Amino acid sequence: MLEFIRTSPLVAIFVTLVAYRAAIAINRHFRGHPLSNPVLVGCLLLLAWLVATGTTFDHYIRGGQFIQMLLGPATVALAVPLYSNLARLKRAALPLALSIGIGGLTGIVSAVGFGAVAGLPHEVLLSLCTRAVTTPIAMGVSQGIGGIPELSAMFVILSGIFGAVIVKPLFGWLRLSDETVLGVSTGIAAHGIGMARVFQISEPAGAFAGLAMGLNGLFTAVVVPLLVGFIHP
Amino acid sequence: MIESLIWLLGYQLAGELVSRACGLPIPGAVLGMLFLFITLCWRRGTPAVLASHVPAFLKHLSLLFIPAGAAVLAYRDLLTGHALAIAFVLVASTLVTLLVPAAVLRLALRLRSERRG
Repeated sequence: MLEFIRTSPLVAIFVTLVAYRAAIAINRHFRGHPLSNPVLVGCLLLLAWLVATGTTFDHYIRGGQFIQMLLGPATVALAVPLYSNLARLKRAALPLALSIGIGGLTGIVSAVGFGAVAGLPHEVLLSLCTRAVTTPIAMGVSQGIGGIPELSAMFVILSGIFGAVIVKPLFGWLRLSDETVLGVSTGIAAHGIGMARVFQISEPAGAFAGLAMGLNGLFTAVVVPLLVGFIHP
Repeated sequence: MIESLIWLLGYQLAGELVSRACGLPIPGAVLGMLFLFITLCWRRGTPAVLASHVPAFLKHLSLLFIPAGAAVLAYRDLLTGHALAIAFVLVASTLVTLLVPAAVLRLALRLRSERRG
């Protein structure tokens, strides 16, 4: 029986959905407090289940991949809110392009630079290049440059959760109230998880986060393979 | 629902095919988003099925990231071995990457409105 629970894809999908639903309820209970972020709480509940039942990641992901696979169509679907905000986009095209270019470079250089300062191994540094971009891009790029794709995915998720939790308090503390700025910065620094958080704050800001995430993803996918020669083993 | 899935998976597939055919480092889903965006601009409107289904779908975006979070289990040793260093890098880099584009965008928006005003 325990063997079935550990290995069945059905159990994996069911537990993921229940963890997510519970995370939403917890988030509502704490009135959307940043620390009750649904991705963070959902992951913790899921991890608790996996550890308690002794399920390995390889067994879990056989079912989990069905949910993860929906990231593809979800990425495509971002074109819809983006198009709804076309007028706003056009008005701010140049400032947006500027901040996404500079922000994208900051994302790559800061991750690798801080990593080198902290003395992390070479393969970990390579996996850090894509820290700021959405999971599917990060995994693809990381594989191409000799990093560890799953490790890259995890860096992406962890920094996304941190970014989503910190953005509102940070911007409040700095008295930055412009929703466009909030959306764009979160999309660049904390990709889809940050964007999911920004959508809770406002729909137009979420669309900007989606745009920034997508463009930063494209930018990073092109630039990282060019810059990777500078990371010496 | 079926029509929406055909739209989204169709564009993802188109992106995947172009990415492979041209040997691009960009994932198919991102190209698919770009293609769908161009299509919506070109036909000057969002199809009714997409307009009604996409917001409901994106509302639960958070769910889709939860399975990858379980990868923490697979990299437990590496993570605990370098826990402090990795935490420092992720926190510092995320903060810098939030603040730099925010400063650039605020400055650029202000310069532009001053020039116009």
